[in-house]
Amino acid sequence: MDSIIRLENVSTIYEGERRPAIRGVELTLNQNELVYVVGPNAAGKTTLLETINGLLPRFKGRVVVFGLDVRVRGREVRREIGYVPQDFMVEPGEPYTALDVVLMGRYGKIGVLHRPDENDLGKIMEAMRLMGMDKLANRPVGKLSGGQQQKVMIARALAKEPKILLLDEPFSNLDPESRERIPALISRVHEKQQMTTIIVTHDVHQMLKQCRRVVVMNNGRIVADETPEKALSILEKPPGLHSMEETL
Amino acid sequence: MIWLELAIIQRALIGCLLAGFLTGLIGVFVVRMRLSAIGYSMSHGAFAGAALGVAASVNPLLTAMCFSSATALLIGPVADKARLHADTVTSIAFPLNMALAFIFLTLSPQIGLSSEVASVLWGSVISMTNSDMVYMTSLCAAALALIHFFWKELFAIMFNRKLAEADGINTKPFVYFIIFLIGLVVTFSLKLVGGLLIFALLFNPASSALQFLHDMKKIVIVSPAIGAITCISGLLVSLVLDVPIGSCIVLVSTLIFAFSVLLSPKRKRKEVKP
Repeated sequence: MDSIIRLENVSTIYEGERRPAIRGVELTLNQNELVYVVGPNAAGKTTLLETINGLLPRFKGRVVVFGLDVRVRGREVRREIGYVPQDFMVEPGEPYTALDVVLMGRYGKIGVLHRPDENDLGKIMEAMRLMGMDKLANRPVGKLSGGQQQKVMIARALAKEPKILLLDEPFSNLDPESRERIPALISRVHEKQQMTTIIVTHDVHQMLKQCRRVVVMNNGRIVADETPEKALSILEKPPGLHSMEETL
Repeated sequence: MIWLELAIIQRALIGCLLAGFLTGLIGVFVVRMRLSAIGYSMSHGAFAGAALGVAASVNPLLTAMCFSSATALLIGPVADKARLHADTVTSIAFPLNMALAFIFLTLSPQIGLSSEVASVLWGSVISMTNSDMVYMTSLCAAALALIHFFWKELFAIMFNRKLAEADGINTKPFVYFIIFLIGLVVTFSLKLVGGLLIFALLFNPASSALQFLHDMKKIVIVSPAIGAITCISGLLVSLVLDVPIGSCIVLVSTLIFAFSVLLSPKRKRKEVKP
């Protein structure tokens, strides 16, 4: 099977930092794979996602997505990626409705000088319905609760009809009912649209239900790439995540 | 004589309308894209340029545009290439432009506050010419057309530049385009409001509109309207009190902003429940 995402010995460093946030990362994902990425804070999970979609240009090694070098054709690649950043919250006074925010997700795909058409509006309403946000479409997004805003951001990523879905802690602000429902729903959409999905999470129990592959990160490195059960046993091993490398 | 005065006032009114509309329109992007520091530097760059024009007896509009564009280049692409934060470049550009402006004004052959020097400093009703009107009208039309064509991309960048990039939008040319537009608008409005105060017109109308509205499209319509009303009211106050027009415009715009903050429904509403 052809790989959709391939990272070859990738190290990403932030401007002004001496130490790379991720180091020597080797990772390959095939089409329709659903992978959870877990690890402690500052393990490099967000950096991994933003290196894949080319938002962090300062990296060594090679990142190939859809067979394209992200360093050279990052913008092209990003048009096919749905991305939900971590803890993205909109201030209460911001002049954007939930509908505006979801529609914006398709702008890159629509292209310069083109306007959203009926098809685009249909896709965004479908994504909002899926997230149960269609009735709040015309509300100012900043006035919505944290969980509702998170659903808007997931709807925005799905409305793009991406080939790759990158979700960074997408369930952290959801209420308990949505925390059960939304991951299962994303899993179904992932299957239906044959997407390649990476979800960064702290909820290790959720991953057991939803996927077959878990990447464990610590100190900027991938320390395990296992089934959920094995990953869970690694994560539960004393003396804790920070010394996981020695444990392994 | 009375016809001459009427013609001057007529030109000033049209100038105020156009300058207020333009600064109010472009101000929305200045505020939403967090380009305030850049706008601030560029307005003072234009001021320094105009001062050079006065000193060298060349068209101040031309030199103002050169200085403002140079500041825009310095703050935009050059800062990007040199990997300097825009704030750092702005902090250097602002005092440099002010220092240059005062040196050029001192070197002016007509030392003292001649009408041209005064118009660069504080703005002047009588300084508006017919060609200024033509330039400003053309700039208005061009700015409206370009904003209309690229609204989608500008809207996404105003919401969040990083997310716009994540969606595959090339944000850089649009940000540079807005910076360039700020330079032009500042240059053409300089004569009316003056280099020291022009920045208030870029910031206040948009900030006032943001206090009331939740819809970006409405803000883009209301902010230029506030800008135009501000400038015309400032002009009338300045004519009645016989004080510099730039100062009056800034006082009016600050008052409007203060009332907007006091009356803002956004500060009273509670969180919306589904």
